[in-house]
Amino acid sequence: MPDEKAVRPDETYVVRMEGISKIYPNGVAANRGVDFRLKKGEIHALMGENGAGKSTLMKMLFGLEQPTSGEIYVNDQKVTLSSPSVAISMGIGMVHQHFMLVPSLSVAENMVLGMVPRKGMFIDRAKAIAITKEYAEKYNLHVEPEAKVADIPVGMKQKVEILKALVRGAKILILDEPTAVLTSQETAELFRELRGLKENGYTIVFISHKLNEIMEITDRLTIMRAGRSMGVYNTCDVTKEEISRLMVGRDVVLNVQKDAAQPAQTVLRVRDLEYTNEWGKKMLDHLSFDVRSGEILGIAGVEGNGQKELIDMLFNLNTPNGGTATVNGVSVIGMPQRRIREHGVSLVPEDRMLYGIAANASIEENVISDRCSAKRLNRGPLFNMKAIHEEADRLIQDYTVLCKTRKQHVGMLSGGNIQKVVVAREFSNDPVLILADQPTRGIDVGATEFIRKKLVELSRAGVAVLLVSADLNEVMELSDSLIVMHNGKIAAYFKDTKDLTDDMMGEYMLGLREQSAEQIGRVCHD
Amino acid sequence: MLDFLKMLLTPEFFFSIIRISAPILFATLAAIVVEKAGFCNIGLEGLMMFSALSGSLVSYYANSWLIGLLAALVVGVLMSLMMGFFAFQLKTDITLVGIAVNIMGSGGTLFLCKVITNLTEGKTMASTTGFITKGLCIPNITIPLVNKIPFLGGILSGHSLLTYLAFLFCLLTSIMLYKTSLGLNIRAVGENPNAASSVGVSVLKIKYIAIGFSGLMCGFGGAFMSMSYAQGWSLDMVAGRGFIALAAQAMGNGECLGGMLSSLVFGFAQALGIKFSARGLDSNLASPIPYAVTIIGLVIFSLVRRSHAKKERSAAAHAAQAAK
Repeated sequence: MPDEKAVRPDETYVVRMEGISKIYPNGVAANRGVDFRLKKGEIHALMGENGAGKSTLMKMLFGLEQPTSGEIYVNDQKVTLSSPSVAISMGIGMVHQHFMLVPSLSVAENMVLGMVPRKGMFIDRAKAIAITKEYAEKYNLHVEPEAKVADIPVGMKQKVEILKALVRGAKILILDEPTAVLTSQETAELFRELRGLKENGYTIVFISHKLNEIMEITDRLTIMRAGRSMGVYNTCDVTKEEISRLMVGRDVVLNVQKDAAQPAQTVLRVRDLEYTNEWGKKMLDHLSFDVRSGEILGIAGVEGNGQKELIDMLFNLNTPNGGTATVNGVSVIGMPQRRIREHGVSLVPEDRMLYGIAANASIEENVISDRCSAKRLNRGPLFNMKAIHEEADRLIQDYTVLCKTRKQHVGMLSGGNIQKVVVAREFSNDPVLILADQPTRGIDVGATEFIRKKLVELSRAGVAVLLVSADLNEVMELSDSLIVMHNGKIAAYFKDTKDLTDDMMGEYMLGLREQSAEQIGRVCHD
Repeated sequence: MLDFLKMLLTPEFFFSIIRISAPILFATLAAIVVEKAGFCNIGLEGLMMFSALSGSLVSYYANSWLIGLLAALVVGVLMSLMMGFFAFQLKTDITLVGIAVNIMGSGGTLFLCKVITNLTEGKTMASTTGFITKGLCIPNITIPLVNKIPFLGGILSGHSLLTYLAFLFCLLTSIMLYKTSLGLNIRAVGENPNAASSVGVSVLKIKYIAIGFSGLMCGFGGAFMSMSYAQGWSLDMVAGRGFIALAAQAMGNGECLGGMLSSLVFGFAQALGIKFSARGLDSNLASPIPYAVTIIGLVIFSLVRRSHAKKERSAAAHAAQAAK
């Protein structure tokens, strides 16, 4: 529980949120009596699992939602933040996870939207550009004022968002998972810029659940769990393990426990798979490998080196230019997805909102969608609702999906619970092969651990698992053996993942090293 | 055949293209602005019908074309704001509101016409307000000097005041959309309403302004129909121009210049249809010509746009590869 390390509220704060509760009309309590205080000029992390209530709390600070009870003080003045405009006028700015930009307008136009400088009747474009340049230079955030927002990279879009808040006089910046969309270089750049802002007296709230980033950039942190604050700490006083314990309320096993694999017969056999995309780039270059029953084969690699294309080919979401892919001897190239599934192949797709679920359908409808024509779930031409309810309830329980009823729309759940719905369906239909594409991306620690354990469990029960992940830890810890993809080719095959180091992996992933054809060829168990 | 071509290459024919295009252009501008604000007003047809009726009736009672025109504009704007109230605040689907206005525009104007004329004239006028006289029409304007230019003078001079206004409004609308903060707000609201509202732009207000603007344009278009194109209102006289305008908006890629050119294409098609029937072609064959042109135009437009998009995509891919 919050202990002696908790910081006493004895300094003056720029923001004090006291006893904040938010109960939605549907009865969901997102925040329960949360205290949140910001010191001037600090970078303050707001941490918690998906669904812990961090976003809700910040939405209330930005005036997007109103607390059910509790008080908010800005500079010791009690305030009612009834809309974002009010929050902006109090010097509070927010950079949303999904950018609030108009793609067809220029950077400068986006900057001044809602406060357009005019010359007579017309927009003063030169002044808009000058304002943009002035702020960009002052805060060392490089943007191109005249470029269309649709054409600029994600990192620059984020800078435009930060500048937008600054130009409106924000002194307190709320950043909602700012690094989720950034490359590591862009993240490093963002951190430099944030430190610069901090030195200029700006206060920054950093919402995240990436432990390393929190440790690197923040001064203090507030941890939330299940709508409550678990306390405030100085970042330098706590360890990653302590934070993770506070976030999930138990010690997360960062090392997955698993027995040695006992691979049996080959299930998935891929030979000479080739694919050139519509721009003429070779995405899959004579790819050959096997996945055997009872083993997890991991695919590591920098994103965009053919992993996505490979999964697309194996589930007939795209057609290769050449090569074969068979599951237990049957070719899946060009086979309708339903028949692929009948052959025991399951897919945990990378984009769960697009391919994994129907957001506006219920949990029940989502979990039975792959088996709704099964005899046991039907009675003549109609559904056997009783059997379907039982099936859905059983899966919700087995996969600990946090929800009110099976009728709840999946889109209303938190990211981790949505992914649990996906795996509940994909893991429960007696698969012989599971294609798991980024199975734990962007979800909370608890759900991540659950899904990883399930994958290991299934593989030990004899399922063949192909795991694609950009998370190096995940792919190295879960996999029994591992291939590294680079430029559509296999750059390396490791029969055993035990003595692999990050550095070695990095060299193969970035194409600095490549194994010999003979070494790589061992991934085919003919 | 050569004879026929000769007949087309006359100032009168080009004059009629411009004249016929004017009401389509008004409605197209209405469609363009609401589209920029992020929705589609399919009720343009009905709005024009109401404006046409009120313009002709009020000008008759007030004995002034100007008051009639103003009445048409006021009715157009008020009806469109009412549509906005239903759609934005009572959360009715805007398409359904538009359909309702169109149905009212047909039967409702007939009903109103009968009731009002019965009260004031003592007799029910059936399906037309033919009593409006030439003197109450919106005046035509002869442009000095320009009318002396051979050929061109016959095309450009002598149009209705509203025809000139239509082309002027085309320019003004373009300036409004791209040079003023109102236009910036309209485009921002249409593309990403969350972005607009997060910086304090009132999305509701901007949407009302956009739909009000569409009502104003339909007011002009309707007044043109009953007070210049024809003498008086008659049943279903707008004859699909409100829908053609939606096509012109799409064909013009949502821009004013493109919309104007598309309007002229449709004006040309209608003028051609009129010529054909004047040459003795069965009107059952001649009257579908404009609509056939609409369909062909839309098909060509979407083909062009698709190949354009393809090119753009491959250019972007090349650029991305080059950047690597």
